[in-house]
Amino acid sequence: MEFHEARLPNGLQIVAERSPSVHSVALGFFVRTGARDETDEVAGVSHFLEHMVFKGTQRHSADDVNRIFDEVGAKYNASTSEETTLFYAAVLPEYLPQSLDLLSDIVRPALRQDDFDMEKKVILEEIGMYDDQPTYTAYENLMQTHFAGHPLGRSVLGTKESIGALECGQMRAYHEARYVAGNLVLAVAGKFDWPDLLARVQTSCSAWPAGAPRRTKAEAHPHGGLKLVTKPNSLQQHIMQMSPAPPGESIMRFAADILTVIVGDDSGSRLFWEMVDPGYAEAAELGYNEFDGSGAYMCFFSCPPEETAANVERVRAIYDDVNRNGVTDVELAQAKSKVASRIVLRSERPMGRLSSLGHNWLQRQEYRRVEDDLATLRNLTLADIRKLLDAYPLAQLTTSAVGPLESL
Amino acid sequence: MANQEIQTHTIGNGLTVIVEPMADVQSAAFCLLVPAGSNYDPPGQAGAASVLSDWIMRGAGSRDSRELSNELDNLGLQRNEGAGNSHISFTGATLAESLPKALRIYAEIVQSPHLPDDEFEPARLGVEQSLRAIEDEPRQKVLVELRRRCYEAPWGIPSEGTLEGVEKLDAAVVRKHFENCASPRDAILGIAGKVDVAASIALVEELFGNWKVKPEPSFTRGPRGPQRDHIPHESTQTQIGIAYDSVPYCDPDYYAAWAVVGVLSGGMSSRLFTEVREKRGLCYSVFATLNSLRDQGRVLCYAGTTVERAQETLDVTLQELMRLGEGISEDELDRCKARAKSSLIMQQESSSSRASSNARDWYHLGRVTTLEEVREKIEALTVDSLLAHIARHPAKDFTILTLGPQPLEVNLGVS
Repeated sequence: MEFHEARLPNGLQIVAERSPSVHSVALGFFVRTGARDETDEVAGVSHFLEHMVFKGTQRHSADDVNRIFDEVGAKYNASTSEETTLFYAAVLPEYLPQSLDLLSDIVRPALRQDDFDMEKKVILEEIGMYDDQPTYTAYENLMQTHFAGHPLGRSVLGTKESIGALECGQMRAYHEARYVAGNLVLAVAGKFDWPDLLARVQTSCSAWPAGAPRRTKAEAHPHGGLKLVTKPNSLQQHIMQMSPAPPGESIMRFAADILTVIVGDDSGSRLFWEMVDPGYAEAAELGYNEFDGSGAYMCFFSCPPEETAANVERVRAIYDDVNRNGVTDVELAQAKSKVASRIVLRSERPMGRLSSLGHNWLQRQEYRRVEDDLATLRNLTLADIRKLLDAYPLAQLTTSAVGPLESL
Repeated sequence: MANQEIQTHTIGNGLTVIVEPMADVQSAAFCLLVPAGSNYDPPGQAGAASVLSDWIMRGAGSRDSRELSNELDNLGLQRNEGAGNSHISFTGATLAESLPKALRIYAEIVQSPHLPDDEFEPARLGVEQSLRAIEDEPRQKVLVELRRRCYEAPWGIPSEGTLEGVEKLDAAVVRKHFENCASPRDAILGIAGKVDVAASIALVEELFGNWKVKPEPSFTRGPRGPQRDHIPHESTQTQIGIAYDSVPYCDPDYYAAWAVVGVLSGGMSSRLFTEVREKRGLCYSVFATLNSLRDQGRVLCYAGTTVERAQETLDVTLQELMRLGEGISEDELDRCKARAKSSLIMQQESSSSRASSNARDWYHLGRVTTLEEVREKIEALTVDSLLAHIARHPAKDFTILTLGPQPLEVNLGVS
């Protein structure tokens, strides 16, 4: 593996990891913008804009964009989260030039009014689709309740009302402010030639406006709460709970990752043995979500409504025990084996490396080789986990529930 | 396309092992197919295979449930198991040096599972809850119900089981399912990654050589569900499922059928995405996929859209299906070929993909196709061969299922 980085005079950063043994190459523009960077007036604009990027530019029509990606056999898509918008493609190495040319063109879209009006319908359908998915509803409500008053509490999709009222001019202004060169990172992983790649990026992206917009990163101090949505016809009760965890910048994030594997991996974890294995819950998992300046433990489970109270209690008992007594050597060793193998398997494909490469650079200006991730993992100790739990104990601070129950 | 050295070997009791060494990966993966799928669920008790695929992991050989799980975790094995129509499948991937140990454990799981009485009810409850969760997700529900209406029983019955079926299951029934069906006859084990071929085959001989053959179990055929149906459901969107007959994977016409579905739904320049979503903004999600059993195939289409736009979505989707025979452009076919080429090459980066793909080939064809062979078949496709395929297997006699607040009309008159 060979690492390269560069910064264009306008501030665009390029990070690239070359692995000659793979057969493809993945590339992606990571834009430091998402729901947390919006205001009430434009709620949902980041995600809507992500869709509009595929509607073309002065040089490419909407049809061209989809057609060219398909002509080169690209696996391509985009995603929007609370803090990152990502546009990516995985292609065979011979199609890298075309893919880079197209991808770097479309992130500066034309934002035509008639395309905007048509795509608004698709966004409203997407909101309708998620509305019918209890786990998604539970997640949206959880984030809004847990991070109430903090930018991370903003909905990625927005609402029917906010999207309905959004105007194309507002989206143009948002794009102009957020998609400046200093706010983007281009990550490339797999098989490529670095001098050629860099020259092409210079040709395609040097004319982009400079700038690096600010983001409010103050750590959230959630007060907790309960949001309950009653759906009388649901069969299962879906529960999500959140509590503060280390921010994305913290060195404690590695301990937080491994702790959630020990406590709440989808198999072989404490939650698994106490809830899923005996058949009390269909699924029960704990994860660690890192954000810019904040972090959260997020627990999810789904169970028959009549089992809900007992399950909430089971989670509490596990948390109490872990907070008080920590975890065991055996648990830590086992979690390390699982995570090490995940890291290696994921890294065998360029798409797997792209995500780690881009996010580490966007969030922390940091390059981590697979070996670095494995070494950090190997060196984690019970003391690291103790320190984490003292600073960020597991808790059931905020709860979101969707299902037949009328109270919790 | 790189040269592949794929070796297949059928041991005395019928188990076939397929080994593909891959030079550029550190991992190794396996896919073990045991012919104990849901087709053999007792009539009215759908879910036996599904419950077995959970119960069977709860202790085997010298290990109880927890020891078994811990040991697989210590090997770093990323694993999955579940029931399909024909087989229960066990898949796993990890660092190459750990694979032999993992296989040793799986040999015990399929040959000497404990199936402990006190672990039966938790396994059954787990399956029952995952079925209840599907009831809460209309998108999943409509596709499960569409299969029931376009395939006869047992193929159309959900391999996950049904709520009514799982309620009635007891330990004796599921144990019997294991005893009748779990056999090396027609069992398949795909192995791929950083492995040595001869050593892998020798290991499989050692681990599975004494697995006893059982007589082939039989299953009962039954009718399929209604061809036109609506399931009332309180939801924001109406879910639309459409199916029609196509060819299975073993058919010489398969790659033409695959390309036709690609024209409909491969990539964002495909017809359904363009006509239904891009031009009309009717849905977020619309797609078609080619589904194959061993001797029959279907095209399955899905669209989800808000109630007031559902009728137009159904009309436009059906029209796109019916006008396939009117013509396909060279460009459309070229795009299918490009997508195929890149997925074939990218498959070489994943030991899991290769292990599963080889096992699936063996089940459907009784042989393994190399990536180069697939590439040649796809390169040989022409617009004429696609149109000839459509003439033989036109999109017609649709099975149509809707799920949502209101039923829709089926308008087939136009085109």
